[in-house]
Amino acid sequence: MKTWEVMKEMYESTWLFCLKRVITLPFVLLGVSIMTFLFIRFVPVEPAEVILRMSGVAPTAEAIQALRSELGTDQPLSIQYFIWLKGVLHFDFGSSFVSKLPVAQEIVEKLPATFELALAAFVCMICFSIPLGIISALYKNSIFDRIVGLLSIISVSIPTFWLGFFLLYLFSLKLGIFPTNGKGTILHMILPAVSLALPTTGLFVQAIRTSVIEELQKKYVQYAFLRGLKKSVILSRHVFKNAAIPLTTMLGMTLGNLLGGAVIVEQVFSWPGLGRYLIESIMNRDYPVVQCYVLIIAIIYVFANLCTDILHRVLDPQLMIVRRRE
Amino acid sequence: MIKLHKSLNGKQLTSITLLTFIGGLGLFAPFIMPNDPFLVDVSKKFLEPSWAYPLGTDHLGRCILSRILLGIRYSLGSALFIQLVATFFAIWIGAIVAFKRGIIDYFFIRICDILLAFPTLVLVFGLLGILGPSLKNLLLALIFTQTVYYSRVLRGLFISVHAKEFIKAAKISGTSGVKLILRHFVPNIKAPMLTIISLDLGKVILEIAGFSFIGLGVQAPTPEWGMMISEGKQYIRLHPELMLYPGIAIIIVVLLFNFISRQSKQVDH
Repeated sequence: MKTWEVMKEMYESTWLFCLKRVITLPFVLLGVSIMTFLFIRFVPVEPAEVILRMSGVAPTAEAIQALRSELGTDQPLSIQYFIWLKGVLHFDFGSSFVSKLPVAQEIVEKLPATFELALAAFVCMICFSIPLGIISALYKNSIFDRIVGLLSIISVSIPTFWLGFFLLYLFSLKLGIFPTNGKGTILHMILPAVSLALPTTGLFVQAIRTSVIEELQKKYVQYAFLRGLKKSVILSRHVFKNAAIPLTTMLGMTLGNLLGGAVIVEQVFSWPGLGRYLIESIMNRDYPVVQCYVLIIAIIYVFANLCTDILHRVLDPQLMIVRRRE
Repeated sequence: MIKLHKSLNGKQLTSITLLTFIGGLGLFAPFIMPNDPFLVDVSKKFLEPSWAYPLGTDHLGRCILSRILLGIRYSLGSALFIQLVATFFAIWIGAIVAFKRGIIDYFFIRICDILLAFPTLVLVFGLLGILGPSLKNLLLALIFTQTVYYSRVLRGLFISVHAKEFIKAAKISGTSGVKLILRHFVPNIKAPMLTIISLDLGKVILEIAGFSFIGLGVQAPTPEWGMMISEGKQYIRLHPELMLYPGIAIIIVVLLFNFISRQSKQVDH
């Protein structure tokens, strides 16, 4: 009866947590949208002036005034925000100052390639870090562990773009195994993904190692050994599952890092993603593009963090019980 | 200083000594540099390493070693500057919020939540997009993102210290304001603060290099390491050494910082 009550409480509190998180979501998104909108209002120069300069018209006072009323920037800030928000909700982020094309369309065209790269890097990181982290933890303080420890600290110290060039030089120019740039086959993908993934891999290997070691020291593992269970069963059924729980919180952050870092790596391999477009827009002061990029990535990031938080609670309902007792 | 020595182990001391040495090289770079790092001489381009040019010359005939030495100022120097300024602001913001609590704290947490909803790099891209690409603006953007993150962390640390007995004792004895923060709070959060700051120093150096590499930070003739790699990328086929040396310089410095923070982490466990 008592176990049942605890189970019920856990189940309910997990639901309550998810509900709370989902309810607060619109407020966070609203805050994010206000922040992104205000971004542009902090611009030291007048947007109308930039547009006029871009199109080669002399920025006279009348021309600026005319364009301002056309853009709606002469209205109060709050009204501008609602007009902008209405557009955003209809997926209209305005048009680029330079190309005059709708911003959202161009970003949505280029985003999948960047996403693909970030995802490939994510898969790469998982494939490398899980076995390395687990083996280092099982053979703690062995030579293997020390080498992996040193390599992971080196891997977080290498600039991704430099590593990209290094791999490019070694594998594409000297050995000729991989193509130097472009996109298409899986071969094009490997070098960019590896250079993007390496720093996060180093972090994850060490996090997995620490988590597994901590788990192995717990009482229930000793008890399982005393019961005479096989080591492989103890590890796969209990230790790895429990060790994975604290790591789930890192996943959302990692996705954000990979999406941001992809912009830099794309430059090395001429990957046709958002990178070049974004950098050119920053240089040209093409604010709508920057604004749209920041907002879209922030929304993706907010949802990724929501998912990892919920995943974390579902995997570890214990968190709720402990909190209640406190 | 003696106290600080005792809390560090051998590896950390070695790393700190080496970093101080590198910092000294950067500080006294104008006196050590074998050649003028800005002197363009196309007749001397791509020279092999020699006594006059210990690491050879780049595509414009400039001495690579001199450029790397002067680059310490831009890479290491600006990262230190960012961390110091960000920590300074964060201590005051964190302390004020932790003391006042109530409505200020509530709004602080909400604003932090919203700002932390942007990945750091993306926030920097956004800020650079508004302010325009330059070293000054990159520094501003990085100081801003670091301050947000640190004030959040320091607020938590301050609140946990606030509940301790000795703070009550100090308050009863009449200590308040700035003195209370500097004498009683800061010494008690020094250890976790230093760990975070040194761990992030490496990260900040990498970020400065990355943004300069894509052209959004330090601009052309300035010998920042990321910028040097960017300048060398066109010559990767024939002269990969142009990219090799600044890259190794970055790795060494960041590695030393990571050694310091990892060692102090292991002590905590």
